This record gives sequence, C-alpha cells and structure tokens, in this order.
Amino acid sequence: MSTTDLPTPVLRGAAPAHAPAGTGHLRGTRSFPAEARDALQDTQLRRNLGKATGVIRAKRQAVVDEVPDWEELRLAGSAIKADVMARLPELLEQLEANVVARGGTVHWARDAEEANATVLRLVREAGADEVVKVKSMATQETGLNEALEAGGVAALETDLAELIVQLGHDRPSHILVPAIHRNRAEIREIFLREMPDVDPDLTDEPRRLAMAARAHLRRKFLSAKVAVSGANFAVADSGTLSVVESEGNGRMCLTLPETLITVMGVEKVVPTWFDLEVFLQLLPRSSTGERMNPYTSTWTGVTPGDGPQAFHLVLMDNGRSGVLADPDGRAALHCIRCSACLNVCPVYERAGGHAYGSVYPGPIGAVLSPLLTGISGEDDPNASLPYASSLCGACFDACPVRIDIPNLLVQQRAASVESHRRPTGQDVAMRAARVAMTSPGRFTAAEKAMSLGRVLGGRSGRITALPWPASRWTASRDVPAPPKETAREWFARTRPGQER
Amino acid sequence: MSAREEVLARLRTARDAGAPRTPLGDVPRDYRRRGEHDPGSEGALVQLVERVEDYRATVTRVAGPDDVATVVARLLEDASSVVVPSGMDRAWLAAAGVRVLVDGEPDVLDVAALDAVDAVVTGAAVAVAETGTLVLDAAAPDQGRRALTLVPDHHVCVVRAADVVGTVPEALARLDPVHPLTFVSGPSATSDIELDRVEGVHGPRRLDVVLVG
Amino acid sequence: MRIAVMTTCLGDAVVPQAVRATVELLERLGHDVVLPPGQTCCGQMHVNTGYLREAVPVVRHSVDVFGPVADGDWDAVVAPSGSCTGCVRHQHAMVARRAGDERLASRAEAVAARTYELSELLVDVLGVTDVGAYYPHRVTYHPTCHSLRMLRVGDKPLQLLRAVRGIELVELPDAEVCCGFGGTFALKNADTSTAMLADKMSAVLATGAEVCSASDSSCLLHIGGGLGRLRTGVRTVHLAEILASTDGSGAAVAAPSRAQSGPAPDVEQEAPL
Repeated sequence: MSTTDLPTPVLRGAAPAHAPAGTGHLRGTRSFPAEARDALQDTQLRRNLGKATGVIRAKRQAVVDEVPDWEELRLAGSAIKADVMARLPELLEQLEANVVARGGTVHWARDAEEANATVLRLVREAGADEVVKVKSMATQETGLNEALEAGGVAALETDLAELIVQLGHDRPSHILVPAIHRNRAEIREIFLREMPDVDPDLTDEPRRLAMAARAHLRRKFLSAKVAVSGANFAVADSGTLSVVESEGNGRMCLTLPETLITVMGVEKVVPTWFDLEVFLQLLPRSSTGERMNPYTSTWTGVTPGDGPQAFHLVLMDNGRSGVLADPDGRAALHCIRCSACLNVCPVYERAGGHAYGSVYPGPIGAVLSPLLTGISGEDDPNASLPYASSLCGACFDACPVRIDIPNLLVQQRAASVESHRRPTGQDVAMRAARVAMTSPGRFTAAEKAMSLGRVLGGRSGRITALPWPASRWTASRDVPAPPKETAREWFARTRPGQER
Repeated sequence: MSAREEVLARLRTARDAGAPRTPLGDVPRDYRRRGEHDPGSEGALVQLVERVEDYRATVTRVAGPDDVATVVARLLEDASSVVVPSGMDRAWLAAAGVRVLVDGEPDVLDVAALDAVDAVVTGAAVAVAETGTLVLDAAAPDQGRRALTLVPDHHVCVVRAADVVGTVPEALARLDPVHPLTFVSGPSATSDIELDRVEGVHGPRRLDVVLVG
Repeated sequence: MRIAVMTTCLGDAVVPQAVRATVELLERLGHDVVLPPGQTCCGQMHVNTGYLREAVPVVRHSVDVFGPVADGDWDAVVAPSGSCTGCVRHQHAMVARRAGDERLASRAEAVAARTYELSELLVDVLGVTDVGAYYPHRVTYHPTCHSLRMLRVGDKPLQLLRAVRGIELVELPDAEVCCGFGGTFALKNADTSTAMLADKMSAVLATGAEVCSASDSSCLLHIGGGLGRLRTGVRTVHLAEILASTDGSGAAVAAPSRAQSGPAPDVEQEAPL
C-alpha cells in the first residue's frame, strides 16, 4: 500500500481520544449494581450519607432561593461553557500565552500518565521529596499520589476530608466532601490511629477534630517547598488561575511554597475575567450551600515578592478530547464540580460514592466517567454507570450550569448498548418488544399471552413470585395479575364503532 | 509530535466533530450587574454587616477614620504583636499597645516570623454586601502580600464604606485580575465532618471587620 | 372537543382501570373520546434503556397512530401518564433526529405539541379544576418525577384533587423524591430501587392515608406492589380514577381493587414457577 492512499494530512495522533485504561481512577472493578448491593447493607454508611446529604440539600436550597436571578445566572453559565467548548483550542493557546507572559511555565499532557510524570519530574527538579496538596479532582483522576509515591515523593493531602481519606487508607466518595461516608466517631478513630502526635484525649467533637488536623499539618505548610493544586477556573484573557476553598489549606499551598504546580483538565478554561462573576455566584451556593466559600484565591503567573516564584501549569486532555467530539456528551465537560447533583440524587444518597468506581460519582459521574473512558463492552464496569439512575431529573434542576444529565444518561445508555460485542438477554428482550410494539396484531397477541398470567395471581389477584428476570421485581413487590379485559377491548365492547 | 501539538490537534478535530447541531447564540447576560443597594449606601453597609456576621466574624461600624484606632486597639487587646503591610495607615494602630512589625521595613518577614505574630491588620480592596465577602489585593500597599493575612491567627480588616458594593459583578469590575487576589468570606471553615460547619482550620481563626463611614 | 386517549401499553394491558376512568371522566365533561385501536407503546422503555435505534420504529408507529391530531382530526391526545407524555414530548423527536429522520422528527413534534398529560389537559386546555368528583377517602398524592420535572405540571393534580368533594387530602412528606421505579431501573438496579421504595412507603404510611394516588400507573404499580407485599392496608389509585368517581358511581365507596394492593387475602398462592 502506498502512502498516498492514506487520508493524510490528518495525523493519527490528532484523533480525539478516550482516557487510556491502566492509570488513574476513572473505572472500578465491579458493576454498579454489584457495588450498590453491598453498600446498601452498610447501615452506618446509609445513616452518614442520609444525614449529610439532607443537611446540604437544605442549605443549598436556602441560599439559592434568596438569589432573584438564579435562573439567569444558570443560563449564562451554561452558555459560557458551550462557548468555551466551541473554541477550546484557541482559548487554551490564549491562556498559555498569558501564563507564560506573566512568568509561568505551561506543560501539556495527553493523558493521566503523562500528567503524573510531568509533575514528578517538576518536583524532582525543585529538589523536593515531599509535596503539599490542595484538594483536586484532576489529580485524583490521574492517581497522582500513587505515582508520586512510586517515584519516591510523599504527597500530603491538606484538605480535611482528603486527609481523613488518606489517613484512613480509603477512597473519596464525594466530589466536595470526600469523607462524607465517615462520621465523627470513625474520623476520631482514624486520627488516633494514624496521626503521630495527636492528643490521646481527642474527642469526636468536629471542632476538636479540625484542630487536630490543623496541628498535624501546620508545620508541613510552613516548611513545604512544593505544592500541587488543581484549578476551578483559568481565565484565558488574563492568564489567571483560581482555586475555591474553605479551610485555608488551599491558601497555604498556593502562597507559602517556592514552587506551585497546578494540574488542570483543559475544559476548566473560561474566556474572560468577567465570566467569573457568573461562576463565583453559582459555585459556592451549589456546592457548600454558602453565599460564598470562605476563601477564593486568584493568581496570574508569578508575582515578584509574593507567593511561589516558580509556577507550572499542566494542561491535561485524558479523554476530554474524546468527550468534546461527542455533540451530546460535550455538555458533561461543562461541569464545575459543585456536587449539587450528588446531594439531590436518590441513588447516590443510598448507594454512596464508592459504588460508582470512579473518582466522579453521582449523576455527573455516571455520565462523565464512561464518556472519558469510553465503554469497552458489556462487561465494562463503566457500562453499568449510566443505568445507575431512575432518570428522576432532580440532578438537572440542581445543576448550576444546566447540564441535561438525564439526557446524557440516556445517550450513554445507548453507548453502552452499542458497545455490546454479542447480544445480551436484554438485547433479545428489547428486540422482541420492538417487534410486538410495531404491530397492533402482534401487540394484542403478546397481551393475550401475558393474560395467561392471571392463573399466577390465583384468588388474590396478586402475583408474588415470577421467574428471572422478573424475579428482580417480585423480590420486593407484588404484581397485579393481568386483567380479564384490556382497555382497548373494554372500549371496543362498550363503545362499538367509536374507536376513531 | 509534542504533547502540546497533539493535544491541540485532538481538540481542534473534536471541536469540529462535536459541533452543536444548532449554532450557539450570544451568551445571555440577563443576570443582575448591580444589587438593590448602591455602592457605599447605608443599605449596602447594613447588608454587609449582616452577611459577614452570619459567618461568625465580627463587624464594628465607626463613623470616620479617627475612630478606627480605638476599635482596633480594643480588637487587639489579647494580642502582644501585630504585623501590618508597609502601606497601611499607621494611625489605625495609634491606640494599640502592641509590638508592631511592618512587613518589608526593614526586612520582609519570613514564615516563621509571621507564625510568631498574634495578629495582622490590613485594609481591603472591595467588599461584597450580598455575599459578605472582603477582597484583598496583594498589590495594594495597605493589604500586603498574601502570606501576611494567612499565617497570623487573627485578622483585623478595615473596610471603607465607599468600597462596599452590592454584588459579585460590581466587585470584579473594580479588581485587576493580574494582581494576586484573595476573596475572604468569614474565618477559615470546614464542613467536612458530617456537614457541620466548624470555623477556624488553617487560615486565621478569628476575623474582625472594622467598617468605616 | 374531540380527544384521543393514549392508553399506554401498561394502561392497556395491566392497569386498564386508569384508562377507563380517563374515558369516563372526559365523556362526563362532555367531550368526544376516541381510542385509536392500533396503538401500542410510546417507546419509552426502549429509549430509557438505551435502545435508541430499536426505538425508531416504535416511535414511528406511535407518531403514525396519533398523527391525526397533527392534522386537526382530533383536538388533543391525552395520556393518563406523566412519563409517557414526557417521552412523546421530549424524546420522540430526539430519537428520530439521532437516526437522521428529520421528517419523522418534525411530525413527532407536531403530535407532541398537542399531547397532554391528564392534569395538563384538564387544567390548561379544558380550563377546569372542579370536575364534579366525589371521593370520601383520606388520600395522599405522589407527584411522580416525570410529571414534576419533565412536564412541569406543578400543582395541577393537587388543584384537581382539592376540588373533589369528600376527599381528605394529606400532604406527602418528601413528595418530590423519586419512588425508585425508573422503568428498567427497577430491574437492573433492583436493590437500590427497593431502598428508594422503602423510603417512599415510609412517607406514605406517615400520612395515615388509605389511598396513595399519582398520575403514573407505573409508579403506582411499584409503590402499590411494595405496600401490598407488606400488607400495609394502603392502596394505590390513579388520579383519573379519583376524578372519575362520583356520588352515584359506586366507585367512591367500592372495595379497593384487589389487583392493586388490597387487604391481605385469606389464601396466598405462590406462582408455580
């Protein structure tokens, strides 16, 4: 084959890509139903989650209700994000130029592995064997802590919840409050076990626990040479980065070390400084349910005499180009990681975040994770995520940037179905149903066959057990036996000639 | 192909492949650019006080610059040392019986020195009434570099009435994005334990605001 | 008005009482009711399970059967189901467009523009809230997700219920939370679905109501199936049945349908499978 037959000049490397398997935390090992079955049995988890999501739902509702232009802000937020997607490469180049002009260095990463390797190299170049970290979804996604550890660098999480997760040798289960599955008694136990200098008389009072974390981290903050952060927003027209936080651990990391490395998914860029006026209103109220979070830091490159004198920005693809190439799916890249959809989701509230396998749980995770990784077939755990929803729609109402998550769930279910390498039982059933439902004659015949089920109902007219897969229904619910007469039969009998 | 070229090439292909089926319109900006209260108005000040206190910070209102020193002295009663940025109005500390360190005069204080100081007093660039937010501009001489307002455990922030605006959009319009900025809404806090809010983690655990005018 | 009733597949084959009530109610209000015999299913099961290609012929069939409303032969189509109406209104055109069938998509949009859920038809189109019903029972109402968040029917069902004579309407705690049905979700994620159902049943039981009503037979089948299994003595009744019930109809005081979730019978027969 001669090279002139190839459809050049499109290079293979220029094709939008999914996040490669093998690095990072975008996929679990078991399907959602299997994980959820176990999680639902954990009474402590159920209680912790129910309490915490209830509290935050009420807080969010109260502060959203007091904003008279909330819907206008949502519309603006949604439109700004759609605009970003439509000119993402140009905005990133503009961002890069402005960061460089202000003394920063910009690195690009095709995937998680490349992002991790870049950070490790930069840490080593800075002569450090320890970094302090601001809570960041991007570096959780890439599994940066494990990669640094493998490279001989200790990564210290400084957000309280992330610290609880790290000390507990646990996994985060929520975007905003990663230790939401833990209660105060469990946290006390973890601290007593894992913090070297902790007061042995530590109680489970949240204030005492927070003060223990302060004492534990303070020396580290004051001596750290390198910090690693994510970014909530990056402003293309000024080169400004922004981190939104509560505890001040973010400020410590962004201000005190000599070197700051920020890892950011490419979708976090916004066009102008004034676009932040929308997101700085939408994010805190949706996220922690506060009018404003305690601290928001913004910085642009390097400022002589203030803060880190070396700033590195790592711009990461890791599957985002693949999502951007999907006309429906790209809306998932609008997500600002507020986690409001998790807190209102009845499925998340009961099954918890670990059941989703990925660092992105809840409704947005159920679409974002399979969009980022692609779905490799019917056995892919991420193939089950789009089904982890009753499509109740509460997530759309809560989303500050109006991501139509129910629609994305349906679209990703289609992607899941289309990934099947061989017909599943569900495929066969759906095909049969399609055949019946496109012909009135066949539909009536199917109804007749079903009405034989009357015999199952016996005298009570109620069916309490059916064979698989309907047994999944009758495990917890009765079924009425089919009626003697369908609605259409009744109408034809009682109103002859009046059907149309 | 470098990572840069490759990522950008992928994104260009994806941007076109996933283009929306209907063209995008202009971004609708029908949200409020201004609050119900004018900047510096009594309504804005009252709202700011209410919202800042909601975060369990304190606010003390004074009539004019001459009264600031008295209030600052009272707020610093428990402190033995205080740090201030070099451009701050020293008259604000005139009545306080504390050791005063000025950052950069003669030396820039290192982190250990800041950690040994009890409090910091600064001005603010702008305050947002609706959200109870103070914005510190590190390039402003009376606000100082970011570490000053971070390491000491007690922050006293003097806000001029004229700098109080109603909304977030009004505040951003007054700020220069290339300066390091810190938006402060109450003292450091966490809700990571059962969503119970606890004030005071790593940032200053005590925030006192003096509102002038 | 000339109104075509969309029975919905579930309403035709499993719970025809809601369709019968819809027909009787509209006739009582003085309208001509037709019931297109060729109708089968709106395709929601296929769409919401991800079978968007399999759904295309089902959608086409539905659009064909109800096409006359777009041509003005009928004034409206009504379905006693929020989710089926939601599928017609928000998914039919999407499915057609995704398959590249723009003609089907615009025809689907024309049909959807005149397809209503029952409470929408009554309140918005027919302009009536007091339908002359009589229903002397303690009732709580579950608003169902698709009525609430896909169609935005708001409190229209409650406006209708408040005008019913004899009714004792009690508010359902956490009413807007999903009952856990979700179509094939109830089978594919049966454990989570059951956990959601348990909370919905707790809320229903807390009201002390004897009847839990809704505008979706599917959700009622789920809630009623759970309430019946536990012998709670609470039954589920479609909104249409309450609105169709009058002083003289007998339905108002009749024993609850055993097919839903009546009191425990003396003999329970397990299926021999």
